[in-house]
Amino acid sequence: MVEVSGLSKSFSDRKRGLVHAVDGVSFRCEAGRIYGLLGGNGAGKTTTLRMLATLLKPSRGRALVDGYDVTASPDAVRSRVGFLSGGTALYGRLTAREMVEYFGRLHGLRGEALSRSVGALFESLEIRDFEDRRCDKLSTGMKQKVSIARTLVHDPAVMIFDEPTAGLDVITARAVLGFIRECRERGKTVIFSTHIMREAGKLCDVIGIIHRGKLVDEGSLADLCERHGETDLEEVFVKLVSAEEETAA
Amino acid sequence: MKIFRQIHVVYRKELIDILRDRRALVSMIVVPLVVIPLLMFGIGTLSIVVMEQARQEQHRVMVLGGDDSPGILEKLGALDGILVVSDGEDYVERILRRDVRAAVRIPEGFESAVEEELPVEEVTLYIFEGDVKSNLAAGVVRSFFRELRDDVVARRLSDRDLSTDLLDPFAIGVSNVAPPEKVTGTTLGGVIPYIIILLCVTGAMYPAMDLTAGEKERGTMETILSSPVSRLALVLGKYLVVLTASLATSLLAIGSLGAALVFGFSLLDGGTEAGRPLLALDPLALVAVFFLLLPVACLFSAALLALSLFARSFKEAQTYVSPLLLLAILPAIAATLPGIELTPTLVWAPVLNIALVSKEMMIGTYDWGAIGLVFGTTSVYAALALAIAVRLFYREAVLFRS
Repeated sequence: MVEVSGLSKSFSDRKRGLVHAVDGVSFRCEAGRIYGLLGGNGAGKTTTLRMLATLLKPSRGRALVDGYDVTASPDAVRSRVGFLSGGTALYGRLTAREMVEYFGRLHGLRGEALSRSVGALFESLEIRDFEDRRCDKLSTGMKQKVSIARTLVHDPAVMIFDEPTAGLDVITARAVLGFIRECRERGKTVIFSTHIMREAGKLCDVIGIIHRGKLVDEGSLADLCERHGETDLEEVFVKLVSAEEETAA
Repeated sequence: MKIFRQIHVVYRKELIDILRDRRALVSMIVVPLVVIPLLMFGIGTLSIVVMEQARQEQHRVMVLGGDDSPGILEKLGALDGILVVSDGEDYVERILRRDVRAAVRIPEGFESAVEEELPVEEVTLYIFEGDVKSNLAAGVVRSFFRELRDDVVARRLSDRDLSTDLLDPFAIGVSNVAPPEKVTGTTLGGVIPYIIILLCVTGAMYPAMDLTAGEKERGTMETILSSPVSRLALVLGKYLVVLTASLATSLLAIGSLGAALVFGFSLLDGGTEAGRPLLALDPLALVAVFFLLLPVACLFSAALLALSLFARSFKEAQTYVSPLLLLAILPAIAATLPGIELTPTLVWAPVLNIALVSKEMMIGTYDWGAIGLVFGTTSVYAALALAIAVRLFYREAVLFRS
């Protein structure tokens, strides 16, 4: 379970002064559910997810990940989270096996436990054939599989996906989305950010629309469409964002 | 204990990563093992070959005047190593053009004046200062006139029934008391620490940039920071890999320099009459220099790591690191200058202090007080630099700088 309450992140920028990248965001996602953060570029999606993954410290507010506070217990949070971002972000000079084992060791796995976890992941993700090939020699699809294995090696309760299909071809993107569904089926809490309306509509149990660091509305696809009198998520999104822009102006 | 295990896991992975990188291997292994000895030994051999070739050449020398001294002209024409060319008043221009290498002006009535023991004007040599071939040509002419003068003096003394011993009542001998190690230390004492310090930095440069700015650029920094590894373990694991690279490069440089010098000396050095080699290296001094360089390697590794971490990309890291390379090299060069010695003020000057103490050790002088002080101050600087690097790893603005 992930519980976010009044989460904010501000930083000072030489040109723009004090910037509120995330401003009082609150939401909740239970185990076995997918919460989608939908927003344009610079809306605050990545900053929010980075705070949940303890990469950034919140300026205000609170976030609990699997019962642990991101500020008070970052180590406990990190050991319960699997974080996957858009780029495959692999160490090119390591083999697929070395890559996944490295992260397993960082998560405290050793010996038999590590071999069992890596072996099971390599079987289910069909990595066996290329497990000894260096990551920089792998195709994009293969790299994405290794990234997923790296994320899952410690069997986290919470999965955070930051625009995981960015830059991927259609086939690989579909495989990633399938994997996210699998995570839900296995009872994991999934937080997912995207700017692709179709992905959010198809995948998420609850969609939170974020704009200029603020969560402007949230609900299931059906709820959002009904509430705003639209039949399409894109129309709902544009309506909400335009209203926010007018208010800001 | 958990942190040590994490440091070990990070260190092991980063070491494998770096050892598989061709660029890192070139800076860590190829440069110290191949390039440096090749440069030192190659340049030495090349200069000997060039000098030998220059000595074999017949250098054109212009004779100005001397028409009334045919005997001198004939003897000059018969000298080995020079080719006499005809008179011309454009000798300055021709020397500068290197058309002729030198010119010699023989005063009017030189030969008869010498014979009749009359006062003789100066014999003047015109040369191109700094030009090796000009000096070689002038040397041949100068030797000829010196021998001629000695012959004239001997003949005049003999005519007066006097011995030439009158001019040489006693001999002056010079005997070297310094052992070969000290001779070499004095000659190369400044250069060897300079090369080792240089390689100490260059060996650490590439890994430091790759493990920080490179990691940011590839997007793996975010991945690793989302794992439960503590930031302290992460920075220390990376730091130890950079330090390993720096020390490995320095160690290989010391080994290859020692081998190249010993090999080079055995080829170039004929030894003294007593059969002792004239040049040699004290292996103990090299080992001592290496241990003294430990805190320097720690300092550079931490400084390079901190600077590179601040950069957003590998390219940006290169621009930050280049001035540091200069900051490291300049004090090391300063230490090679003659006359610069360790003073109470210079003990605090990073790098320069180590280079100066190393220079002394290469000569065989071990001032343990100064060595301890220099080791201590450099260790403090290294600890400060490492503390800064660790601090930077906790700063979001640095890690996620965009």
